[in-house]
Amino acid sequence: MSSSDTHKSAAAGLPGQEEATPGAETAAATGFPIVARTDFSRTTFLLEVEHPQMARAARPGQFVIVMLDDHGERIPLTIADFDREKGTITLVIQAVGKSSREMQSRCQVGGALFGLVGPMGIPSEVSDAKKVICVGGGLGVAPIFPQARAFKEAGAHVIGVVGFRSANLVFWEEKFRSVCDEFIICTDDGSAGIKGLVTQGIEQAIAEHGDIDEVVAIGPPIMMRACAEATRPHKIKTMVSLNPIMVDGTGMCGGCRVRVGGKVKFACVDGPDFDGHEVDFDDLMARLQRYRPQEAEAMEQWLENCRRLQVEEVR
Amino acid sequence: MARKTIRSIPQERAFMPVLDAQERATNFEEVSLGFDEANALVECERCLICPEPACIPGCPVEIDIPGFISKMLKKDYHGAWDTLTDSTFLPAVCGRVCPQEDQCEGVCAVAVSGGLEPVAIGRLERWLGDMAIEKGWKNESHIEPNEYRIGIVGSGPASMACAADLAKAGCKVTVFEALHAPGGVLRYGIPEFRLPNSVVDAEIGNLEKLGVEIRCNTLVGRLFTVEQMLDEMGYDAVFIGTGAGYPSFMDIPGENFNGVLSANELLTRCNLMQAGKFPNFDTPLEIGRKVAVIGAGNTAMDAMRVSKRLGAEEVTCVYRRTEAECPARLEELHHAMEEGINFQWLTAPVEILGDSNKNVRAIRCQRMELGEPDDSGRRRPVPIPGSEFEFEADTVVYAIGTAPNPILGQTSDIKLNKWGYIDTDETLATSLAGVYAGGDIVTGAATVILAMGAGRRAAASIRDYLGIRDSMVVYEPENMGFENTLFGIDAAEKNFVHVRQI
Ligand SMILES: Cc1cc2nc3c(=O)[nH]c(=O)nc-3n(C[C@H](O)[C@H](O)[C@H](O)COP(=O)(O)OP(=O)(O)OC[C@H]3O[C@@H](n4cnc5c(N)ncnc54)[C@H](O)[C@@H]3O)c2cc1C
Ligand code: FES
Repeated sequence: MSSSDTHKSAAAGLPGQEEATPGAETAAATGFPIVARTDFSRTTFLLEVEHPQMARAARPGQFVIVMLDDHGERIPLTIADFDREKGTITLVIQAVGKSSREMQSRCQVGGALFGLVGPMGIPSEVSDAKKVICVGGGLGVAPIFPQARAFKEAGAHVIGVVGFRSANLVFWEEKFRSVCDEFIICTDDGSAGIKGLVTQGIEQAIAEHGDIDEVVAIGPPIMMRACAEATRPHKIKTMVSLNPIMVDGTGMCGGCRVRVGGKVKFACVDGPDFDGHEVDFDDLMARLQRYRPQEAEAMEQWLENCRRLQVEEVR
Repeated sequence: MARKTIRSIPQERAFMPVLDAQERATNFEEVSLGFDEANALVECERCLICPEPACIPGCPVEIDIPGFISKMLKKDYHGAWDTLTDSTFLPAVCGRVCPQEDQCEGVCAVAVSGGLEPVAIGRLERWLGDMAIEKGWKNESHIEPNEYRIGIVGSGPASMACAADLAKAGCKVTVFEALHAPGGVLRYGIPEFRLPNSVVDAEIGNLEKLGVEIRCNTLVGRLFTVEQMLDEMGYDAVFIGTGAGYPSFMDIPGENFNGVLSANELLTRCNLMQAGKFPNFDTPLEIGRKVAVIGAGNTAMDAMRVSKRLGAEEVTCVYRRTEAECPARLEELHHAMEEGINFQWLTAPVEILGDSNKNVRAIRCQRMELGEPDDSGRRRPVPIPGSEFEFEADTVVYAIGTAPNPILGQTSDIKLNKWGYIDTDETLATSLAGVYAGGDIVTGAATVILAMGAGRRAAASIRDYLGIRDSMVVYEPENMGFENTLFGIDAAEKNFVHVRQI
């Protein structure tokens, strides 16, 4: 096997035990190197991580699980792009919770991720649809991009619909536009493109084209539900990518289970793409609230630690 | 030496200390403390050294039990450990987690014909295993490397045993594990108080000393396929030991309320991700005040005892059969009872009830009675009409078994059986040439020792397949004894020769 096959990562340093697991190396020495970073806004940033083997294997719709350090959570992130030549994968992250904000402050070029596993999940099916609408809401713009590109490469007429809260949050506009035949941008406050939600963009595209074969939507659950409801009366196949809470991402814990067509599915191995008309979004949204109190506690403690560090630095 | 008789041996089992039930139910310290030397020797005295021992065939990997006990009696502990490790690769683990009462100890003559408690074989095994770890007994015999490269998928006991045997045969072995830490169920499932992480680390360390390379964070099937391992990556043979960890749910109403989770999720959060130390570790785990666990196997016992340790006030086991059918290790059942777990035998859940925030508030169950025997020979539980009742619970844990992991089936042409497990013949060969499989992914959820046995069997098949001939087995008479064995492999075995078929 060539040395680029997989990075040997440290066996988990045994928490609570000072001595490292036999054979374990520190993350900095052997983790997954971060080679580029772009900040799109105060909360959204992009990381490009080196993993040649994963760059070769990754396909649109798949995700990875990242661990920042050996105390970290396993965080699922959709693969926003991959570059087979450079041997990198791209992740776009929104710093909302404790772990993602910690990533924002700690992941710099030259650093490394302790854990990175993937590509996980069943790749999106790039159907032979002739006309598709690819919808991305907020951060969802990143993962929908490789799908739009794949449809374009497959010869489809691609209509891109992206939504943001306001113009200053827009990212990847040019990149996205370059793989679309038509491109509609929507903002909540009207500071760019249409004023309104992505569903308005979808309605507009459906009104203009009577022959849309498929809609693919990625974004917050509430947006994906709205998209599915917008297309239901038109009976247009609508695929969504679900993002439940995950632990292992290998089908071993069932924490990511969702209800689709009345059946229990594990998003990490049976998905993450499902038929939007079949997904029980209420269930998904309720289950996403599971660890809210704990999340808040972790955030509080982290901020407290940051404050303390700052005070120490000042001294 | 005069033959021992049932009357001449110590009648009672030697003393083994355990932590106090009240105290231990609040921490993750190991519960069973193991023998000391004096007590181990007393226990050895209890073995009748039967000329035709039932315990050897009673052991899934046929450890020479009277053999190692005889050596212990001569205080030749290293020799005893060599005898032990001739058959088992993980004595410190198996001594702790094997269901001995259904295996060696279940057929021990001291119990069967003598009516006493059987010899505590598991505890003796553990004692030797721990001593080997403590003394750092090495298994680095000289290994003559050959040119074969073996890829192993998963790092549970099946994979570990297979990797060790092939490394000892001189192959270059690489183990690929999806999670960020190796060990399989030993790492993510079985909790610290039953199998300390330090024991798992020591066993993994031994593997690395044999030259086995372990690559974590590698999801085989998705990062590369089994077929690619053979074609592009140049492995000469592959072993699959991916386990059976796809937890089952029951499809009763209310299953998706918050507070319902699988035992695997609970245990993974706690053991692998150290959620017990939240928020110092980032992974949260919400355990309520009143926890109901469905099922009564080892996984259920672990989930209940972990819940208790994480602060649950009331933990209830809901099981549709009776205590007699409870599939957990006897010791774990006893420990769980001592720790104050409430057992509702002959009870099955019918619905999980939630509040307006979609959090669990109660569970509705019905009483069962045992009817006619089913295919497995166990009497089938049937519901008693009108026996439904509810009790309060804010966490419901499912420990009702697992299905095979689908990833390799999704990504490879390997043949699966109708339940989705990997299909193998008796040599553990799969439908793909050069690919072997064993452990839970072939048999369905079973035990550590069976998985380990399968790993060793597959290793033997792979040696045959590659034409790696074990010179000792071929050229020496069989009954060499194992006086000079290292890690269970005779010193002479370093002369592996490759016989290639032309
Ligand atoms: C909570 C619990 C308690 C138990 N208690 C006992 C007990 O007391 N006594 C006993 O004898 N048995 C017990 N068992 C059963 C025993 O642990 C299993 O039978 C045994 O571990 C199976 O070993 P294995 O090697 O087949 O698989 P596993 O131990 O399941 O290991 C499989 C490994 O493969 C990895 N993997 C899966 N898919 C991939 C992939 N595509 N690529 C890379 N890696 C992959 C997994 O992450 C995992 O680490 C228990 C099981 C559980 C869950
Ligand atoms: S994340 Fe554990 S099963 Fe999907």
